Amino acid sequence: MRFVDEFREPQLISKTAEEIRRIAGTERHYRMMEVCGGHTHAIYRFGLKDILPENIELIHGPGCPVCVLPMGRIDDGLSIAQDPDVIFAAFGDMMRVPGTQGSPLEHKARGMDVRIVYSPSDALKLARLNPHKHVMFFAIGFETTAPSTALTMMRAKAEGIRNFSVFCNHVTIIPAIRAILDSPDMRLDAFIGPGHVSTVIGCRPYEWIAKNERKPIVVSGFEPLDMLQSIVMLLRQLKAGEAKVENQYKRVVPWEGNLAALKAMSEVFQLRPYFEWRGLGFISQSALSVNHKYAEFDAEQRFSVPGIRVTDPMAAQCGEVLKGVLKPHQCKLFGRECTPEHPIGALMVSSEGSCAAYHNYEHRKAAMVSLSSIA
Amino acid sequence: MCLAIPGRIIEIPPDSQDSALVEVVGVRRKIDLGLLQDDPPVSGDWVLIHVGFAMSKISEQDAADQMSTLRMLGEIDGAMQEVQGYGVEGEKEDVSDAGTYESEMPGVKVN
Repeated sequence: MRFVDEFREPQLISKTAEEIRRIAGTERHYRMMEVCGGHTHAIYRFGLKDILPENIELIHGPGCPVCVLPMGRIDDGLSIAQDPDVIFAAFGDMMRVPGTQGSPLEHKARGMDVRIVYSPSDALKLARLNPHKHVMFFAIGFETTAPSTALTMMRAKAEGIRNFSVFCNHVTIIPAIRAILDSPDMRLDAFIGPGHVSTVIGCRPYEWIAKNERKPIVVSGFEPLDMLQSIVMLLRQLKAGEAKVENQYKRVVPWEGNLAALKAMSEVFQLRPYFEWRGLGFISQSALSVNHKYAEFDAEQRFSVPGIRVTDPMAAQCGEVLKGVLKPHQCKLFGRECTPEHPIGALMVSSEGSCAAYHNYEHRKAAMVSLSSIA
Repeated sequence: MCLAIPGRIIEIPPDSQDSALVEVVGVRRKIDLGLLQDDPPVSGDWVLIHVGFAMSKISEQDAADQMSTLRMLGEIDGAMQEVQGYGVEGEKEDVSDAGTYESEMPGVKVN
């Protein structure tokens, strides 16, 4: 428990960790998936594994939107911006993500007009400031970011702006969880539910996981104490043979979600029949596209898009890692061909991907230990 | 992108109820309030901000806790970079960076 003293309320953390040990006992193994990439990052950063007993295993889920985006989508988006009259606007997270011909940043170095924005509404501002150019916003994210994109498009339509469009890559979390649960090699006992996605969708969409799949799920905050408390709540359910949706993050997540945000999403978007996820393959109704009312703001309808498909190398075992069948370091490419500097598989692409998080913290820790043992 | 940044609403311009001036540890930027239209915040309220949009109202204590979580996660610089990045070059309305981002929240050190 080497990090505990650095946390807020260290005594409460120690007490909660003690409670986890007491409930978990030693007779069985528990496998819990944290769905959200933010949780994955926090788990490694806080060294939570050092606090948890060995029979509680955390499996890192699909909740990193940058990681699960197929490389072909990046190629498609960049192909639209080959036109010198188009400005490619995207969040900073996207800038170093490789397409087959390089990342957006590398395209910028070759002369493409690529701009970092921190908000979709700033992409719209760029369009207002550059009336003779077309601004294409490369939209990405789960339900946490999709409402902001939707509202921006509603504002663009209300203002009658003609030189703005969205290349929509928004995905939805529930079908990804379903795909993981449907997988034949799935061996999960419970879920730590995403915090910020749930501020938008609320807790109801998870009820089928409890009812139909008989898996407990607890929506959790991001502090060490939040996650430990969520694990206690999951263990209590598992011990009692229950499967319920519980909300540990009540101070931020309302049970019903944010209705205004959901309304904005349904005004602008529709479900795609299917969408490809890196590491998981095609998942039906798992992503959003722009509906006919907003067609003029849909880059895919406005421009011709090549529809590039890039398959990940067979040797990369991202799918197995995502489903919890393999640990990141058990993949054949981990730390050799595939590193955060040169990502080959999806989960190495962003710091919220489980392989990158594992590489950044655990791998380094292991290297330090082996170095100190030599010394 | 997945950061949720706590900020305090400083001013809601009377002519535009959809936006507000917020302050995040000394940095002031305009954010969008459109996603809180069912339960609109007022000046002095704390909100969680995500990609330039207020996503939920929170208490002052939760705001301080969230800031300390960001610090523990090593995400403070990223969060401040995001907030400072709101607005586009040449059109950064309401900019008043108070220099270094000294925390005004009790018990929160930002560095």
